[in-house]
Amino acid sequence: MNRIKIYMPRDSAALALGADEVAAVMALQAHQRGLSIELVRNGSRGLLWLEPLVEVETPAGRMAYGPVAPEDVASLFEAGFHAGGQHPLSQGRTADIDFLRKQERLTFARMGITDPVSLADYQAHEGYAGLRRALALQPTEVVQQVLDAGLRGRGGAAFPAGIKWKTVAAAQAAQKYVVCNADEGDSGTFSDRMTMEGDPFMLIEGMTIAALTTGATQGYIYVRSEYPHAITTLNEAIAKATAAGFLGNSILGSGRAFHLEVRKGAGSYVCGEETAMLEGIEGKRGVVRAKPPIPALKGLFGQPTVINNVITFASVPIILARGAAFYANYGVGRSKGTLPIQLAGNIKHGGLVEKAFGVTLRELMYDYGGGTASGRPIKAVQVGGPLGAYVPEAQWDLPMDYEGWAAVGATVGHGGIVVHDDTADMSKLARYAMDFCAVESCGKCTPCRIGSTRGVEVIDRITTGDAQQRPQQVKLLRDLCDTMVNGSLCAMGGMTPFPVLSALNHYPQDFGLSNPDRKAA
Amino acid sequence: MTAEMTAADRAVVQRVLAERQAMPGALLPILHDIQDTLGHVPPAAVADIAEALNLSRAEVHGVITYYHHFRSEPAKGTVVQVCRAEACQACGSDALWEHVSQKAKNADVTLEPVYCLGLCATAPSMSINDKPYARVSPNKFDHLLAQLKKVA
Repeated sequence: MNRIKIYMPRDSAALALGADEVAAVMALQAHQRGLSIELVRNGSRGLLWLEPLVEVETPAGRMAYGPVAPEDVASLFEAGFHAGGQHPLSQGRTADIDFLRKQERLTFARMGITDPVSLADYQAHEGYAGLRRALALQPTEVVQQVLDAGLRGRGGAAFPAGIKWKTVAAAQAAQKYVVCNADEGDSGTFSDRMTMEGDPFMLIEGMTIAALTTGATQGYIYVRSEYPHAITTLNEAIAKATAAGFLGNSILGSGRAFHLEVRKGAGSYVCGEETAMLEGIEGKRGVVRAKPPIPALKGLFGQPTVINNVITFASVPIILARGAAFYANYGVGRSKGTLPIQLAGNIKHGGLVEKAFGVTLRELMYDYGGGTASGRPIKAVQVGGPLGAYVPEAQWDLPMDYEGWAAVGATVGHGGIVVHDDTADMSKLARYAMDFCAVESCGKCTPCRIGSTRGVEVIDRITTGDAQQRPQQVKLLRDLCDTMVNGSLCAMGGMTPFPVLSALNHYPQDFGLSNPDRKAA
Repeated sequence: MTAEMTAADRAVVQRVLAERQAMPGALLPILHDIQDTLGHVPPAAVADIAEALNLSRAEVHGVITYYHHFRSEPAKGTVVQVCRAEACQACGSDALWEHVSQKAKNADVTLEPVYCLGLCATAPSMSINDKPYARVSPNKFDHLLAQLKKVA
């Protein structure tokens, strides 16, 4: 009898739901039943409400079962799941699951399909085609491809990646660096984590292309300490890529060098800000630097440095492999390509949805997400992390687009969507935003350091203080937010007012204010 | 800063310094290695680290106290980090936090906040001794803690 191929994710979300325990029981029971199985620990498909998701290879394609608990394993074997048999946990063919079928997976094309640390798997699925193409091109041609593709920084700032690369390429220095910002601290985001755990070679390939294009020979991936599995997987992948000549002194025999190293953060949200991150890598307190000089000219250890987010680098291989036009063909307006969007919080079908720009929040939350997990109405949705605004229902049909969203005060950010049901108290969430800023502020500039603490106090006075004083305190809060927006050194203090003010504007009743003119979302 | 280190702890610090001090930006990797081995960064190690990296003790102390991850004293018992961020709040993490706080009073538990474990679609989440857990209800937490006690 042929060996049965079973896939069980090694993604943190699956592990946190017991994937290792399920895998152990499965291996044991297969042995007891005299079945020969090959257990592949793949990345997650991103259908996170079904994790741990078990897949079995059949002549008809992979069949999915989930969410599987250790105690389900016996009945799965009895139902003949190892040959694709029916079971109450059957989800049918994985590729046919609606959530997955309607996506446009470019960056996440391999996710959950391959073994994350298998170079053979990676190359069998278009991996390293981008690097081979880049090696055949002049650096200026590679930059042009990235520019023509319209790739913008996926970390949140949306700055054109090609322009950054061009600046670093043109800078004269004995040493240049490529740094990947993998300090994914925004609540509701996990696409970086999934990439590092589920397809690490894609990130390594993207960084290698950036290095060859700009003349950098040393790279760092700054990963937050809250992501231990991502760190382990990246280190394993870097060792394999180095052994196979994809990293090291002569990339694929080209005579051009690139060395890559993982650096572990230490629990500081503000280190997701690029200059604070550089300070961290240099071994200092993660305090934000004033710009200029920009890191592209004076970055890590004072040298020209390309800094991009995980998803930005990870988007590069396919752009090189298939050409800029292929990528630019997706998206709307000046927002080209696709975005791996993360559905999180109180959502029935939470997970990873990669779609071209132009998708709407309503589609994401209802067609993909299926509404709230609690079954109650959606009250509020925060997009773009803790610094993103709460988007009112009136804007749920607006196509996702950096410019279009900015015009109405919404943030695309890193593509994280956190859904709250009607039990959410928006004044509490506004207070939390200020409180979080007070905890995480690096302390360099006053509006952020002091403003956040004063913000918590003012919100407390609005919600629990004398009702007569409320209008005055609201005015004070607005003034304070104005100072923070305009006076802060970086986005930490500069954007914390976005969730605060949007909560206040769209849900005044939660602050004890009556505002009949403003319809709450 | 008059705290003493045991000879064994000092040997660990010296080994880590010998391995790492030549790295560019060596301080964070050194602090991680020490904490991963000893469970914390002993205050008495600050002077050794400062000397090896040609920094002032104030600079080293400043870095240790800036980052939430580093601890200057060993943690007590089981370390439970409950995510306090928005996605988990939307799924009842405040109640979970309250529940664990109550437990922590009587059990050998160190409770700490954490701001996002990247498990936001399977909230609420926590880590127990660095192992991640998702969709944690108060009941599930009690069960996990009891299991851990059984193993120990």
